[in-house]
Amino acid sequence: MMKTNDVLLRNVTKVVAFIIFLFSLHLFFAGHYNPGGGFVAGLTTAGAITLTLLAYDTKTVASMLNINTIMLTGVGLVFALGTGMIGIFTGDAFLTHKFGHVDLPILGDTALHTATLFDLGVYLVVVGVTLTIIQTIGESD
Amino acid sequence: MSFLHLAIVLPFIVALLIPLFYRWTKQVHTGWLVLPIPVTLFIYFLTFIPKTMDGATIVSMPWIPRLGINFTVVVDGLSLLFALLITGIGSLVTFYSIYYLGKKKERLSNFYTFLFIFMTAMLGVVLSDNLIVLYLFWELTSISSFLLIGYWYHRERSRYGARKSMLITVFGGLMMLGGFILLHIMSDSFSIRAIIRDADVISNNSLFIPAMILVLLGAFTKSAQVPFHIWLPDAMEAPTPVSAYLHSATMVKAGIYIVARFTPLFASSGVWFWTVSLVGITTLFWGSLNATKKNDLKAILAYSTISQLGLIMALLGVGAASLHFDTLSDDIYVMAIVAAVFHLFNHATFKGSLFMMVGIVDHETGTRDIRRLGGLMRIMPITATIAFIGTFAMAGIPPFNGFLSKEMFFESMVNITHLQLFDASTWGVLLPVVAWVASVFTFVYSMIIFFKTFTGKVKPYLLPKKPHEAPFGLLLPPIILSVFVVGIGLFPNLIAEPILEPAVRAIVPGLSTDFSIHISLWHGFTPALLMTFGVVAVGIVLFLTHKYWKPWITTRVPKALRIGKTYDNGMYYLEQGSYRMTMFIMTGWLRTYLNYMLSAFILMMASVMIFTQALDFNFSSMTKVTVVDFVLAAVILVTLVGIVFSKSRITSIILLGAMGYTISIFFVISRAPDLALTQLIIETISVVLYLLVFYHLPQFSNIEEKPKWLSMKTFLSIGVGVIITLVSLSAYNTTFYDSISKYYVDNAYVEAAGRNIVNVILVDFRGFDTMFETAVLSIAAIGIYAMIKLRLTKRGENDENE
Repeated sequence: MMKTNDVLLRNVTKVVAFIIFLFSLHLFFAGHYNPGGGFVAGLTTAGAITLTLLAYDTKTVASMLNINTIMLTGVGLVFALGTGMIGIFTGDAFLTHKFGHVDLPILGDTALHTATLFDLGVYLVVVGVTLTIIQTIGESD
Repeated sequence: MSFLHLAIVLPFIVALLIPLFYRWTKQVHTGWLVLPIPVTLFIYFLTFIPKTMDGATIVSMPWIPRLGINFTVVVDGLSLLFALLITGIGSLVTFYSIYYLGKKKERLSNFYTFLFIFMTAMLGVVLSDNLIVLYLFWELTSISSFLLIGYWYHRERSRYGARKSMLITVFGGLMMLGGFILLHIMSDSFSIRAIIRDADVISNNSLFIPAMILVLLGAFTKSAQVPFHIWLPDAMEAPTPVSAYLHSATMVKAGIYIVARFTPLFASSGVWFWTVSLVGITTLFWGSLNATKKNDLKAILAYSTISQLGLIMALLGVGAASLHFDTLSDDIYVMAIVAAVFHLFNHATFKGSLFMMVGIVDHETGTRDIRRLGGLMRIMPITATIAFIGTFAMAGIPPFNGFLSKEMFFESMVNITHLQLFDASTWGVLLPVVAWVASVFTFVYSMIIFFKTFTGKVKPYLLPKKPHEAPFGLLLPPIILSVFVVGIGLFPNLIAEPILEPAVRAIVPGLSTDFSIHISLWHGFTPALLMTFGVVAVGIVLFLTHKYWKPWITTRVPKALRIGKTYDNGMYYLEQGSYRMTMFIMTGWLRTYLNYMLSAFILMMASVMIFTQALDFNFSSMTKVTVVDFVLAAVILVTLVGIVFSKSRITSIILLGAMGYTISIFFVISRAPDLALTQLIIETISVVLYLLVFYHLPQFSNIEEKPKWLSMKTFLSIGVGVIITLVSLSAYNTTFYDSISKYYVDNAYVEAAGRNIVNVILVDFRGFDTMFETAVLSIAAIGIYAMIKLRLTKRGENDENE
C-alpha cells in the first residue's frame, strides 16, 4: 500500500500503536462507569491496527497479527448471543444480565458483570468489522 | 407437547435428518429408511378410530398464548379421516417411489425431504384447531408442493408448473389469512372450535360475508376449483408418486377440508350454499369436459381430479342445507355430506391407484400419450386389472365404491330441487342436470383411459421402450388401493360406522344421536339409478363417437374461457412491466439513488411537519449561544463551503475530517464525552478509509455533469438542509412524552450496576438493539468483503483467459 520507507513513522508507530491499544483496553474496562465501552474500545483498537497498516503494509501486519478478521466478527457475534442466553438458562428473559461483587485473590473486591461479556462481543465485532473493511479495500489494489 | 404433536412434526424432523444420513447410506435406497415413519403414523392414527366414535381428542400446547395462538391438536372424525389418508396413502406412495425413482439417477435426499415436509404440513393443516397454526401449515403445503413440482428443475415445464401452483395457491392462502383475521376480529379467538361455538353471533356481523369469501378463496385455489384450476394440470410435471399423493389424494383436498371444517360456521348463509355448490358443479362439468380432449394420460387424470374435487365441493355446498333442517327425521340433506365424505375417501383410493397405474405405464413404455399406447392388456395384465378397477370405479359402475358415492351424489342433487330455501326450488334444477351431463363426460374419459391404453393393437414402433409388466414393488401399492376400491364397493358399511359417521358428525355438529349411515349396494329403482343407466347409455355412444366430436370441443372452446392463457398473459405483462420499471429506476448510479432517497426524505418530512402542525417554534427554552459556539459553527461552515467547491478529492476528504472533529468539540462542550470520543475515532477511521479507497475512485473531473442535474442537486441539498434545521428547531417545542432519561439516571446503577448511562443502555437496557446492530455491521463487512474479493477473483480469471 505505502511504497515509502519511512523509518521515523514506523518506529513511532511501534510505540504509539501499543499505547493506543492499552488505551482502548482502558476504555473497554472503564466503560461501565466512565466514558468508554465496547464500541469505542473496538474502534480504538482498530485505529491502532490501522495505524500500523499505514506505516507498514498489509502483508507485514498480517504476519504480525495472524487473525482472521471475519472469524473474529463471528466470535464476537457468538459472544453477544451467548451472553444473552445466560438469561434464558437461569430462567429469566433473553439478555437479562447478572452482576455481583466477588472477592478475587489478588484484585480484591471486584464487580463482575455479564454485561462485560456482552460488551466484549460488541468489541470483537467492531474490531473485526472495521479491520475486514479496511483490509479488503486496502488489499484490493 | 404430546404424542399427537410429536406425530405431526415427526415427518418434518425426519425430513431435516434425511440430508445428514443420506451421505452415509447411499447403498440403500433412502425410501426404505424413511418408509417406517408414515407406516407407524398410520397405525398410530388407526388407534384413534374407537376414540373418535365417542368424541374428539384435544390436546393443546401454548405457543404464543398472549396472542391466543396455541398449537391445539383436535382429532375428530373429519381430521382423522384426512390423517388416515395422509399417512396411509403416504406409506403406499413412499413404497411406490422406492421402485419408481432410481437410486443412481435421482437426488433422493431432496425428494424425501420435500415429501416428508409436506406430510407434516398436511397433518398440521387437518389436525390443528388454531387458525394461525393452520395457516402456517397450509402455506407449508404450498411450499413443499412447489418444491416437489419443480423436483426435475432442469425441465422448463417443471419450473413453470411449480411457479404457477405457488402463485395461485399462495395467493389463495393469503386471502384465507385475511379471512382468518376477520374471523378473529369478530370472535376474538383463533380457535376454530370457539369460533364455531360463536356462530350465531358472528353470522350477524357485517364482516361475516367478506370473511366467508376470503376463506373460500383459499379453499378454492387449493382445491383447484374453476377458475383457479389451471395450476393443477401443470403440477403434473412432478414425479408421478407426487401426483398420486399431493395432487389427487391429499393436498388438493385441503380446500375440501376447509370447506367441510367451516360448514357449521358459514352454512347458515345462502351465499355459502350458492357459492360452494355452483363453483363445485361448474368445476365438475368443466374438468370432465376438458379431460375428454386430452391425450396425455396424466393430463386426463389431472382434469379428472379437478372435476372430482368439484363434485365433492358441490356435495358439501348442497349438504349445507342440512344445517337448516336438522330437525327433519329423514336427514336427506345430511346425505349430501355423507356422500361428500364417502366420495372423498373413494376418490383417494381409486385416483391414487390410477395415478400409480399411469406411472407404471409411463415407466415401462416410456410414454403417456394415448395416441401411441394400446393393447397393453396382454403385456401388462396386472396393470390392466388395476386400471380396470380404477377407471370403472371413477365412471361410477357397480360394484366398485365410486358407484355408491356417485349414486348418493345424484340423489342429493335431485333432493336439492325440493328445497324451498335460498331459491333452490327454482334454480336448483340446474344442479342435477349439470351433474348428470358432467357424469356422462366422466364416464367417457374413464373409458378413454382404460380402452385406449389397454385394448386395441400394440404399436411397438411408437413406444420408446419395449413394454413389459412392472416389477412387484410398483404393483403392490395400487393393488392394495384396488382392494379397497372393490372391498368398499361390496362392503361399504365396513367404513360407514367407524370412519364416515364421525366425520359427518364433525361437519354437522347438530346431528341427532340416532343418526347412522347405512349404505347398500342395491338401493332400489331410484331416480339416481335411472340417471346412472342414462349415463352409461349416453356415455357409450359418446365414447364410440369420441374421435368425431373431440376436435369440436378442442377448437370451439371460446378464447375467453381459456383461463390458463389469461394467466400466461398476465405473467408476461407483469414481467415486462417490472423489467421496464426496474430499468427506469435502477440506473446503476449511486447518485441517482441518492436523489430518490433525498427527495423522498424531503417529501415525507415536509408533509409530516405540515400535517401535524409541527412548524411551531419556541426559542425560550434554548441554551444561550456562546462565542465558542459561533467560532465552531463558523469553522464548520468554512469547511463545508470548502468541500463543495474543492477541486481535488484529497482536499475534500481532509476538510470533511476537519468538520467531523469540529463537531466532536461541540459534544465536548455539551458534556457528552462518550459521543465525543466515538465521533473522534469514527472520523479518524473514516478518513483513513477514504484515503484507502481513494486509489480506486474515478477521476474527480468525471463527476462534472449537465447543469440541469447540478441545479437539481443544489435544490436537493438545500432542501435537506432546511428540513433538518426545521426538524431540530421544532423538536424543542414538540415533546409528546416525558423524557426517558430520568428513568435511566434513576435505574442505571440500581438495575444494571453501571454509572455510565450510555454504556448501560447499550449493553443492558437496550441490549437487543446492540446485538442486532452488531449483526448488521457484520453483514455489511461480509458484504464488502464478498463484493471486493469476488470482483478480484473474477478479474483474475479474466486475466488468465486473455
